[in-house]
Amino acid sequence: MEAGVVLQAKGICMTFPGVKALDDVTLTLKKGEIRALMGENGAGKSTLIKCLTGVNKFEAGEIYLEGFDKPIVNRDTMDAQKKGISTVYQEVNLCPNLSVAENLYIGREPLTKLGTINRKEMVRKAAALMKELELDIDVTKNLEDYSLALQQMVAIARAVDMDSKVLILDEPTSSLDDKEVEKLFTMMRNLKAKGVGIIFVTHFLEQVYAVCDGITVLRNGTLVGEYEIEELPRVKLVAAMMGKDFDDLASIKKEGSGDKSKEPLVIEAKGLSHAGTIKPFDLDIHKGEVVGLTGLLGSGRSELARAIYGADRAQTGTLKVKGQEVKIKNPIDAMHLGMGLLPDDRKAEGIIGDLSVRENIILAVQAKMGIMKKLSMAKQCEIADKYIDLLQIKCASRETLIKQLSGGNQQKCILARWLATNPDFLILDEPTRGIDIGTKTEIQKLVVKLADEGKSLIFISSEIEEMLRTCNRMAVLRDGRKVGEIEERDMNQMSVMKAIAGGDKNE
Amino acid sequence: MSSWKKLTQKRLFLPIFSMILVMLINVVYDIACGNMPFNFFVITIRNEVLYGRLIDILNRGSEIAILAIGMTLVVSSSGGTDISVGSVMSLYAGVCCMLLAGFGNANVSEYHTPLLVGIGAGLLVTLVCGLFNGFLVAYMNIQPMVATLILWSAGRAIGLLLCNSQIVYVRVESFQVLGSYVGFMPTPIIVAAVCVAVAALVLRFTALGTYIQSVGINKRASRIAGFNSAKIILLCYAICGLCAGLAGMVATSRIYSADTNNIGLNMELDAILSVALGGNSLGGGRFNLAGSIIGAYTIQAITTTLYSLGVSSAQAPVFKAIVVILIVVIQSEPVKAYFKRRNAKKIAAKGATQA
Repeated sequence: MEAGVVLQAKGICMTFPGVKALDDVTLTLKKGEIRALMGENGAGKSTLIKCLTGVNKFEAGEIYLEGFDKPIVNRDTMDAQKKGISTVYQEVNLCPNLSVAENLYIGREPLTKLGTINRKEMVRKAAALMKELELDIDVTKNLEDYSLALQQMVAIARAVDMDSKVLILDEPTSSLDDKEVEKLFTMMRNLKAKGVGIIFVTHFLEQVYAVCDGITVLRNGTLVGEYEIEELPRVKLVAAMMGKDFDDLASIKKEGSGDKSKEPLVIEAKGLSHAGTIKPFDLDIHKGEVVGLTGLLGSGRSELARAIYGADRAQTGTLKVKGQEVKIKNPIDAMHLGMGLLPDDRKAEGIIGDLSVRENIILAVQAKMGIMKKLSMAKQCEIADKYIDLLQIKCASRETLIKQLSGGNQQKCILARWLATNPDFLILDEPTRGIDIGTKTEIQKLVVKLADEGKSLIFISSEIEEMLRTCNRMAVLRDGRKVGEIEERDMNQMSVMKAIAGGDKNE
Repeated sequence: MSSWKKLTQKRLFLPIFSMILVMLINVVYDIACGNMPFNFFVITIRNEVLYGRLIDILNRGSEIAILAIGMTLVVSSSGGTDISVGSVMSLYAGVCCMLLAGFGNANVSEYHTPLLVGIGAGLLVTLVCGLFNGFLVAYMNIQPMVATLILWSAGRAIGLLLCNSQIVYVRVESFQVLGSYVGFMPTPIIVAAVCVAVAALVLRFTALGTYIQSVGINKRASRIAGFNSAKIILLCYAICGLCAGLAGMVATSRIYSADTNNIGLNMELDAILSVALGGNSLGGGRFNLAGSIIGAYTIQAITTTLYSLGVSSAQAPVFKAIVVILIVVIQSEPVKAYFKRRNAKKIAAKGATQA
């Protein structure tokens, strides 16, 4: 192995039933380097990482790690960790019902002389670590008491604390807001200075150019190339990932199609609220309109949508759907009124992991029909095939379990589930989180297309650009309260950011 | 090779394989004893009724099979087990016999109330028991084992209370029918067959199966997708309670008495075991009813085999445990993975020699 290289994977091959997931892939990571691993959904990023960490058993290829003469074989993630490869995954894989300190030291707890766990020492060390990373966390509280973002930071802190040679971050930023991302970057730069090699998987191009030294691009399970950051400007990176020239995103929405205020009202919410998550709000949505909800993480943007849909039952206020006053107690009531909700936490509230793609797609249609009327198998297959084809869901067959699909394809299945019910009003909560640019564009186009067909949508996203491209109107939330709306003519990056940040007296 | 491989990958392969294994033990034993090799499978008519070890297994296994239906649904939807079923069986016995004999009577030869009222009331009470369990699990979010622990201990006690702590005999022929014979056919077999058929038809023609599995795998996501997760779990426990009642009905008629101390004793464990033997994960989610039913009869086959081998009823549990361990280990993931790896190696070696 060359000098200065800390990790090298050579000629990795791996097949899943029916799919060649990796074909002769090479990856080289230098000491003190932050290398972005880029590629679309299903390009093989996650699979490659799982090969490096011993989760997947690959069929051919070798992995070299600094300090080992021979190629290493990782039996499992623990083994990889011992050798010095730590990983933080996109979804937080910690135990929410344990304390932060316990999560940090699980499996490597400081011991007393008697061999029991030294809790005092554990708490002290954990608190010190949190302080070092400038995280404001009480380490004795349960992990579940903190937001997803903070949980993610704890996961990273855990990996960082383990004296790793190689740190793999698999989309750690998809649930963090800008400030937290900056904190993470500071952390990454510190580690880099200490000589740790970092593999960074992300879908945010800005972040790649903000922090990385090199880029490795995968496409359909093969290596496109390994580049230094200067060699590969943004446009070329996108072209390398997609294998074609970048579809201009800016031109998705037709100009002047924005004003929908003359269209009939579909949703009229007055004083709706849910204790502890969203204070009373009013919101009107017209036919064929896309309303964006924007605000920082935890500002109540998801919670507002959930209160309308009945995912969290509204405790005050009235809701009119197409002019009729309605009471929504459960999601199924909302569904019968023609609503649908794609939740932001795909793993916890979206997919039914052990059911097949087909079953996941027909779920909402079946729920609307009720338990006594079973969709015939032929009909189920027909619906599933239609949407697999329409949304280009990549799966070995419709009977593949959904948990075996990549994140973006899982998201497409959930979208298909709702499209199959032919809803009038669809709430998309972070539909593009953790999925690649190609699919993001597809989903944005779909949103605009659905609106053209006369459907109303709520679109929630952390990326302002994405909302500017799709929404007719935006509602701004701050600290659990709806603080204002922005009409299309006033919508631009600056005005939205100002509204989110607040504090402007002229507002 | 390939057809064998296809066969081994079928979901029901291992449960059926285990069943065949138990039967083989019988064949080997028969040969060793100098009997006809397939004595086990011989079905004759003696005293105008069907007779044979196979019939005996089907007959005696009826209660476990009926319980296994409810238990499968409970396990799938809630990822927990209902440990009260044995106790609820005995509660059925108490309610039914107390009504039929009249409160305080211990030995009657004619009905105090009509037979159907007794059975109906008994089943109603067990249904309420199921609803009670389901309510605690689905709406109070109590862990299934803790929630059902209440009736596990209280059910039998209430039964005893109803019977004045006596064994209540109902010596009427029509009461015994459900536990004896219709023509030459043992009635319990018919009852179990009807229960299984009804369950299979319901799962085939309604979306209940999809609902239950979806809720069992991801409760929150199922709710967002429009399922009333709590209601589904409640329903499963209610069905399980009713199944316990039906099993109690067979068990009570078999001995035409309410022996509340012994009816359904430790049956919950057999029911849970049938679900596991059927290749279902006790963690909930996907289920296979046919597997559970096969599992139920496998357990009975083990018991019957042990008795026919002359193992005393006191020692039988030891041998039963050994057989169960074997079966469970055969079906476990590491063993499956081992065979998969070995197969892969074989294929690789074949490829190498050809090349």
